Amino acid sequence: MSEWAIIWDARQAFLDGFLNTLLLFGLSISVAFATGCLFAFWLERRNPLTWLLRGFIDCMRMLPFLILAYLLYYGLPSLGLRLDAWTAGLIALIIYYAAYFGEVLRGARLVLPAGQVEAAKAYGFTGFRLYRRIVLPQLVIKTRPLMGNLLILALKDTAFLTIITVRELTAAANSVQATYFIPMEAFVVVIALYWLISICLELALKWAGRFGAKRGFEHV
Amino acid sequence: MSEVPAVRIERLSKSFDGVEVLRDIELTVNKGEVVSVLGSSGSGKSTMLRCINWLEEPDRGSIYIAGERIGVDASGRKMSNWALAALRARTGMVFQGFNLWPHFTVLQNIIESPVQVKGMRKDEARTLALALLEKVGMEHKADAYPYTLSGGQKQRVAIARALAMSPEVMLFDEPTSALDPERVGEVLQVMKTLSAEGYTMIVVTHEMEFARAVSDQVVFLEKGRIIEKADPVTFFTNPTTERVRRFLELA
Repeated sequence: MSEWAIIWDARQAFLDGFLNTLLLFGLSISVAFATGCLFAFWLERRNPLTWLLRGFIDCMRMLPFLILAYLLYYGLPSLGLRLDAWTAGLIALIIYYAAYFGEVLRGARLVLPAGQVEAAKAYGFTGFRLYRRIVLPQLVIKTRPLMGNLLILALKDTAFLTIITVRELTAAANSVQATYFIPMEAFVVVIALYWLISICLELALKWAGRFGAKRGFEHV
Repeated sequence: MSEVPAVRIERLSKSFDGVEVLRDIELTVNKGEVVSVLGSSGSGKSTMLRCINWLEEPDRGSIYIAGERIGVDASGRKMSNWALAALRARTGMVFQGFNLWPHFTVLQNIIESPVQVKGMRKDEARTLALALLEKVGMEHKADAYPYTLSGGQKQRVAIARALAMSPEVMLFDEPTSALDPERVGEVLQVMKTLSAEGYTMIVVTHEMEFARAVSDQVVFLEKGRIIEKADPVTFFTNPTTERVRRFLELA
C-alpha cells in the first residue's frame, strides 16, 4: 500500500483533527476579540483595576504561549482545579490572545484624533456607548492588518495544544505518522490544511481592507 | 425679559497650568439671538465656547443651558457623567476641524446621535436627517463617506449633524477657519439661513462681515476678558476701546 493510500484511509482522523482545530480557533479568537475590546475600553479608565489589567497584559506578552498552556493544564491541578485538555487549551488561547487584541486596540486608541471623541461627547455620548459606537469601529478598521497577523499567529498556536494532548490537527498527523511511520506525507497534508485556513483568513482580510478603503482609512 | 435665556454665563474663569485664559466672563444669550465672539488667537474665545458644554471644565463660575446649570448638580457636587451628557445633548457644537465620524456615511453621521442618545426611531431620524441635509444643500451626498467631501461640504454636514439634536443653542468654534476662501461662503450662507430661522447661535469667528451682518451682539475677548460687548452697529462703527479700534483697522 502506498503512503498516500494510508493517508486516505486515515482521512477520518485528519478530518476530526481539522474540525477540532477550526472549532478551537474560531471559538477562541471570537471570545478573545470581544474580551480584547473590553480590555481596551477598560484601559481608557484610571482606576486600580486598570493597573491590574495592564500588568496582566504585560505578563501575557512576555510569556510563551506553550508555557501558559502548560500552566493551565499541568499547573492548575496542584491548586485543586482540574481542566480537561480541550478546555484548558481553549482558555489558554482566549486569555493569551485577548491580551494581544487589547494591546493592539490600545495602541490605535492613543493615536485616534481627539476631535472624534469630543464631537461624540458634545452630542451626549458617554462611557461604553461612546466607545462601542464611535471609538471601537474606527480602532478595528485601523488595526485590521495587525488583527490579521494575530489571527494567523493564533491559528499556528493551536498546534501547540497537541503537547497538552488536545486532539487537534497536528495531533492527528502526529498519530498517523507515528503509527505508520510516514512523517513526510502526514505533515504535508497538515501543512496544506493549515494553509487552507490561512488563505481563507487572507481573503477575509482583503475584504476588510476594501471595507476600510471605502471609508478612507489609510491601510488597504 | 421673562423668558429663560438659552445660555447664561456668570463669572466664568479658567486657567491652564497656572496661566489664566478666562477671567470673570459674563454673557447672556437669549433665545433666537446670534452672538459673535471676536478676538485675536489665544484670547480665550474657543475655551469660553468649550466651557459652555463642559468640554473644558471651568475653574470658577456657573453656566446655565436653558436655565439648567451644567457641570454641577443641585447639591453643588460635580454632575454625574450621565446627567452631564444629557445636558450636553441639548447643545450643538460645530468644530473647526469638522470631526465627522469617518466610519459612517453622511446620513449615518446625522442619525447617530438622535438614535443612540435620544432614542429616536431610525426611520424618523432618517426623515429628519434628509430634511436637514436639504437645508444645508447636501442631500445628494447622503450615502457618501466623509473623506470624499470637500472641507465646505464636511462642515455643512457637521452643521446638519448638530442640528439633528434640536439643540437649545448652536456653538460654532471657528467653523470656517480650516476652509479655503472659496468654501467659506457656502458655510456662512448656511449659518445665515439658520439665524434667519431663529436658531440661537454663539459663533467664535474671524469673519467680520458675517459678524456685522448676522449678529445681535458682538463680544470681543482680550487676554481672557470681555473688553467690549455691543450691538454690531456700535461695535463696528463706534467701539469704546482702543484695542478694538486697532483690531478693526487691521481686519
